[in-house]
Amino acid sequence: MSATKIPAVEGWFTLDDEPRLIGSRCATCGTYFFPKELSFCRNPSCDGTELTETPLSRTGKVWSYTVNHYAPPPPYVAADPFVPFGVAAVELSEERMMILGQTTGHVAVGDDVELIVDTLYTDDKGEHVVWKWARA
Amino acid sequence: MSDVAILGAGMHPWGKWGRNFVEYGVHAAREALHDAGVHWNDVQFVAGGETVRNGYPGYVAGSTFAQAMGWNGARLASCYAACASGAAAIDAARARILAGLCDVALVVGADTTPKGFLAPSGGERQMDPDWLRFRLLGATNPTYFGLYARRRMALHGSTEADFAAVKVKNAKHGLNNPNARYRKEVSIEDVLKSPMVADPLRLLQICTTSDGGAALVLTSMEYARKNGAKDPVKVTAVSTVTPRFPKTVVDLPDFATDSAAAVAPPELGFRDSIATAAYEEAGIGPEDLDLAEVYDLSTAIELDWYENIGLCKEGEAEKLLHDGDTTIGGKIPVNPSGGLACFGEAVPAQAIAQVCELSWQLRGTATGRQVDGARVGLTINQGLFGHGSSVICVR
Ligand SMILES: [Zn+2]
Repeated sequence: MSATKIPAVEGWFTLDDEPRLIGSRCATCGTYFFPKELSFCRNPSCDGTELTETPLSRTGKVWSYTVNHYAPPPPYVAADPFVPFGVAAVELSEERMMILGQTTGHVAVGDDVELIVDTLYTDDKGEHVVWKWARA
Repeated sequence: MSDVAILGAGMHPWGKWGRNFVEYGVHAAREALHDAGVHWNDVQFVAGGETVRNGYPGYVAGSTFAQAMGWNGARLASCYAACASGAAAIDAARARILAGLCDVALVVGADTTPKGFLAPSGGERQMDPDWLRFRLLGATNPTYFGLYARRRMALHGSTEADFAAVKVKNAKHGLNNPNARYRKEVSIEDVLKSPMVADPLRLLQICTTSDGGAALVLTSMEYARKNGAKDPVKVTAVSTVTPRFPKTVVDLPDFATDSAAAVAPPELGFRDSIATAAYEEAGIGPEDLDLAEVYDLSTAIELDWYENIGLCKEGEAEKLLHDGDTTIGGKIPVNPSGGLACFGEAVPAQAIAQVCELSWQLRGTATGRQVDGARVGLTINQGLFGHGSSVICVR
């Protein structure tokens, strides 16, 4: 039995076997954005307004990580009993930016990681999923 | 001339009192006015640091305090810049005085805080990054502090015990501070035995949230002289700079940094640039400081600040700490007040409290924690959403 997978946020990531975060890129200067920015470029020296959705790199390197040992307050939906979970900041070399995500399994600074889509929480509507980083 | 005088400083002790924030603010304001020898009716401008956890009166803090003191016709500002709100209020008051629009300004910040983690506003807020970081990542404020601490360990070989030594120092500093909430010595073992919160940071390495209030009476130099203050403490720089694009370190409440694909990162990171702007405005450098009050949201962040404000080179903060340089009696005492480690954070009051401490230290009246012969001090802090906050005071 497989429950419905519901993205915890609309339009931030794909749900296929090799999931990707969906960012955007300025056609004028080439700057990437995540979460995607579609109206105006935020490079202060660029007046670009043509920004298009673009999938971001699936892999990166861990800049740093932490493990939350206490349940965060709402709107986080914490498991009961609470299970500690990791959060990592991951550098994408092509986009030259860092993106946060929860982790599955242990990661360390400098590790190569890849993007996966995994359970954030489950309720009677189904399985709410989010992007996470996992050791490649 | 870009100096303004600090004629008075006052605080309501930090704690978990559970009373209305207005009470703490008015208490601190009255203390500051009394300290300055200035009557409330002579205050021409009130700048309030806003609190976002106390409903409408918190959003219009300047007006709330003015009404509670008794309407006197003063003009108002209410400033919100997250942890930097107090500096934003000081900045507004100072600018008004330097513009010649008023001679006497009162700056007040106070907060009543709930228990536990600071949480975002309620409701379904799919367009609010602060709401989304809790929802999608479970990223609390300590989560970000944990990321910085782990990074510091990976880069410089720092250990949990290094971080714990910051807490031990600050706990000792705050022992005799009547406004501090925690006045108890702490050992390295105490810190390392406390529960893990956001790896590698434990409970005693992360600041709590507190109730409290702080206030300053700022005046023009001319007003200060006319009122007999021959050698007042002066505010000589207020740095409220924002980051420069692309910002390449992830800050609360961001999901990601800016991309540096098209534009190279600026030479100075954001935190470095906050201090640099303050030094430039004051015309001094880190070697001129006698003390600093830095925002120790976590023990590890205090070490980062040593480097950001130029007390030592990158990676050398642990040595500075262990050599005793940042302890009272050392070369450059940091957080002689006890810092957030002894206070806990009362958001809109905290940056003002940092400046209260500088003014007492520079006057030589910081009983039980006095830095000998202090003449120049700096505060530094960074608010969520890109708010720099650094104040330099001299006497
Ligand atoms: Zn652009």
